[in-house]
Amino acid sequence: MNKFFRGLALLSTSLLLCGNIPSVNAAEFNVIDIAKSKITFTTKLMGSNLNGGFSKFSGKVDFNPDQPEKARANLVIEIASFNAGGDDLQEEARGKDWFNTKSFPTANFVSDVVKNLGNNRLEITGKLSIKGKAMPLTMAATYQVQGKQVVFDSSFQLLRLDYGLGAGNWADTSAVANEVPVKVHLVLNSN
Amino acid sequence: MEQTRYTIPAILIHWVMAALIIVVWTIGTLAVDMPLGPDRIVSFSWHKWIGITILFLVLLRIVWRLTHPAPELNIVMPKWQERTMIFTHWALYILMFSIPVVGWLMSSAHGYTVNYFGLFELPDLVSKDKVLAEQLEDLHGLLADGLMILVGLHVLAALKHQFIDKDGLLSRMSFHKSSNKKGAV
Repeated sequence: MNKFFRGLALLSTSLLLCGNIPSVNAAEFNVIDIAKSKITFTTKLMGSNLNGGFSKFSGKVDFNPDQPEKARANLVIEIASFNAGGDDLQEEARGKDWFNTKSFPTANFVSDVVKNLGNNRLEITGKLSIKGKAMPLTMAATYQVQGKQVVFDSSFQLLRLDYGLGAGNWADTSAVANEVPVKVHLVLNSN
Repeated sequence: MEQTRYTIPAILIHWVMAALIIVVWTIGTLAVDMPLGPDRIVSFSWHKWIGITILFLVLLRIVWRLTHPAPELNIVMPKWQERTMIFTHWALYILMFSIPVVGWLMSSAHGYTVNYFGLFELPDLVSKDKVLAEQLEDLHGLLADGLMILVGLHVLAALKHQFIDKDGLLSRMSFHKSSNKKGAV
C-alpha cells in the first residue's frame, strides 16, 4: 500500500512537471511579429496632425508574463523607412537637418528597468538613441497575452529638439511642433 | 448718372474678397517655388486659411446674392459687352467656389490635413493618392490662373466705365456715392 502511494505521488509529480515544463516554455515571448507590429508618430505642422511611422525595425525582446519585471527589450529602428507626408518631406526627413540617415541609419531603444505596475501595466525605463544622441526615456505600457502571442502597446511623447531633429530654421517650433507623440504596438510570438 | 448701389453687405463682401483673393494668389504663387522648410509650411498654412475663409465668404455671398438681387443696371452698353459681363460674373462665382474646394481636395490627396488658423482640423475629403494629388494640383493652378485673368478683365472693364465711359458704374460697388456723375456737371 505504501508502495502504491509512493508510486502515485511520483506519477502525479512527474505529470505536474510534464504539464508545467511546456507551459513555462509557452510563456516566453521573444520573437517580434514585424508584420503585425507598428511604430508610429504624429507631428504637428501649423496646427495639422501628420501621421507617420517607421516600417522597418528589428530587435530582441524577452518577455515572460509570469515575471514581467524581468523583461528586456532592444529595438533597432531603420530610419530610412520613415514614412510621412509626400516624397519631398520624406527626402527632407532623411537629410542632414533631420535624421541624417547617412551618418545615423538607425535609432535604438534599450530597456533598463521594467516595473510591474499590476493589471497588465508596465513602466519601462531605458535609453533611446536617435541621431547619435542617447536620452533616458520612461514609457507606460500595457500588455495582453492572447494565446501564443503577447501584444504590447505603449505611447509616449518625445521632444524632437532633444535629439537635434530639425536643425537650422527647422528649429522654429511654430511651424513644426517640438512635441512628437509616439506609439509603439508590438506583437510578440512565443518561440 | 446716379447709380443704385448694391446693398452694403454685398459691397463689403465684394471688397474683402477682392483683397483676400489678391493676397491668397500672391502667397500661393510665391510659396509654390519655395524649398521645403518652415517658410513654405507657414506660407501654405496661411494660403489655406485664407482660401478656406474665401470659400466660406463665397457661400455667404451666394446666399446674399440670391436673397438680395443686384440693382438694376441702367447703363446702355452693346449686347456683347453685357453678355461678357454676365459670363464673367458667373465664372467669377464658380471659380471663387471651386478653387478653394479643389485646393482642399488636393491637400487631402497629398496627405496633409487642412486646418483653420490652427484652431481645428477640417475633414480630409479624399484619402492619400499621389496621382490624384498631382492632377488636382495642376487643376488648382489652372483655375487660379483663369480667375486672375477674369479678375484682370473685371478690373479693366470697371476702369473703362469709370474713366472712359464715365457712366458711374463703379459707384454701384462703392461705399460712398459716386463723384463721377455725368448729370452733375
